[in-house]
Amino acid sequence: MSLDKNGIAKRIAQELKDGYYVNLGIGIPTLVANFVPENIEVVLQSENGLLGIGPFPEKGKADPDLINAGKQTVTTIPGSSFFDSSLSFAMIRGGHVDLTVLGAFEVTDKGDISSWKIPGKMVKGMGGAMDLVAAAKNIIVATTHTDRHGQPKLKTSCDLPLTGVSCVKKIVSDLAVIEVTEKGFKLLERAPGVSVEEILEKTGAPVIVEGDVPEMKL
Amino acid sequence: MNKVVKNAKEAIEGMQDGQTFMLGGFGLCGIPENTINALVESGLTNLTCISNNAGVDDFGLGLLLRKHQIKKMISSYVGENKEFERQLLSGELEVDLIPQGTLAERLRAGGAGIPAFYVPAGYGTEVGEGKESREFNGKMHLLEYGLTADFAVVKAWKGDAMGNLVYRETANNFNQPMAMAGKITIAEVEELVPIGALNPNEIHTPGIFVQRIFQGVDYEKRIEFETVRG
Repeated sequence: MSLDKNGIAKRIAQELKDGYYVNLGIGIPTLVANFVPENIEVVLQSENGLLGIGPFPEKGKADPDLINAGKQTVTTIPGSSFFDSSLSFAMIRGGHVDLTVLGAFEVTDKGDISSWKIPGKMVKGMGGAMDLVAAAKNIIVATTHTDRHGQPKLKTSCDLPLTGVSCVKKIVSDLAVIEVTEKGFKLLERAPGVSVEEILEKTGAPVIVEGDVPEMKL
Repeated sequence: MNKVVKNAKEAIEGMQDGQTFMLGGFGLCGIPENTINALVESGLTNLTCISNNAGVDDFGLGLLLRKHQIKKMISSYVGENKEFERQLLSGELEVDLIPQGTLAERLRAGGAGIPAFYVPAGYGTEVGEGKESREFNGKMHLLEYGLTADFAVVKAWKGDAMGNLVYRETANNFNQPMAMAGKITIAEVEELVPIGALNPNEIHTPGIFVQRIFQGVDYEKRIEFETVRG
C-alpha cells in the first residue's frame, strides 16, 4: 500500500531530532508539524519572519498580522520571535536551520531539484525555495513517487528548470525512503506492502539496493 | 525634528512617472494600504515596483496593476493575481523574479551601502545565467547587487515624528529592509505616537532611515488565506 499525504508526513516526522529548527514548505511538508513525536521539541521557522509557529488559530481568532510563508493565518508558541525578511534568510543562509522539508516536481540522483517553474504555464516565482535549497544543511523532499501521469519524479536529470543543484539529501515518497548518495539513489525503506521491484520500476534512475530493505515503521 | 505629513497624498508628492518604488509587505500582510490607494488616485504610470508579491486582483498592488500603472515588477512570488498573470502573458508587464532571501538581502545591502555580495541561492539555475560566480569554502556563489529605489513605501504598527518605527508580528517582513533602501522612505503607521513614547530598546527602524511619516486610516488588513483549527 502506498502512503497517503499524512503517511509521508508521519515518516518524515521520524527524521526530526530534539532541538531542531525546521522550515516546512507548503503542501505535504506543512503536515509534518502534526506528527512531531511528543518526547522531542522542535521549533518551526517561517521565512516571512517567525520562529516558533504554533497551531492554526481558533475560529474567530485569526490575526491578519500573523501569517506563515504560505500566507495562512497561524499562532505562535511561547518563546517565539518575529523578525524581518533579511534576518530570516540570514538564519537560512547562515546554516542555522537544521532541516528543510519541501515538495518537488523532480529530483535527480545527484540531488538536483526542480520545483518552481513549468515553462508554458503561469510562472508564479520561486519564493524562498532557491535560498532554502542552496543553504540548508539537510534537505528532505516530500513527494509522490510518480506524477499524475504515472511518470517517475525521481530521475537522472531534471526536465524542468532547476531550483537548486546537488542539494537534496533524502526523499520520502508514498513508496519509499531514498537517500541521495555520492553513487546515486539508495533505497533505505519501503512503504508497507510495497515491493522493491515496484519501487525500481517507478524510479527513473538506477537505485542501489543492499540486502533486505526494511518496511517503514509508522 | 518633524517628518509628519498630513496623509498618503502628501507623502507621495514629487513622485514621477517612470520612477522605481519599493512596497513593503508579504502577501497582503503589512502592506501600506493608504499609500497604495494614493498611488492609484495619482495616476502615475510607467512605474517599476519592487515588492515580494503582487497583491490580489482587487486589493493591494493588484489595484495599481489593474490601472496599468506598473511597467515592471521585481518580486519573488507573484501567484494569486489573475490580472497580473494576464498582463505578464500578454507582454504588457515585465517581471524580474528573484529568490526571496536574495531580494531581502539586496534591499538590506542597498540601504547599508554595500554595492554587491555573494550568495549561493540560484547557482546552477536560470537565476544564475549571465551572473558572475565564485567559489567560497568549496561552494559556488552568485554575485548579487544592492538595490535602492527613488521611493520606499513601508507600513509600520507604531511610529513617531522622528521617523522611528515599530512593526507588529509578521507584518515586519520586507518593510524593515526596504525602509533602509529608499532615497525617500515613506512610512505609514497605524498609530503615530508622541516623540519619546516608543521604547528605544524596541525600535526596529531608527528614524534616520525615514523621511516622511503619517498615520494611516481605515486599515482593512485583508487576510489572504484564513486558516483555522480543526
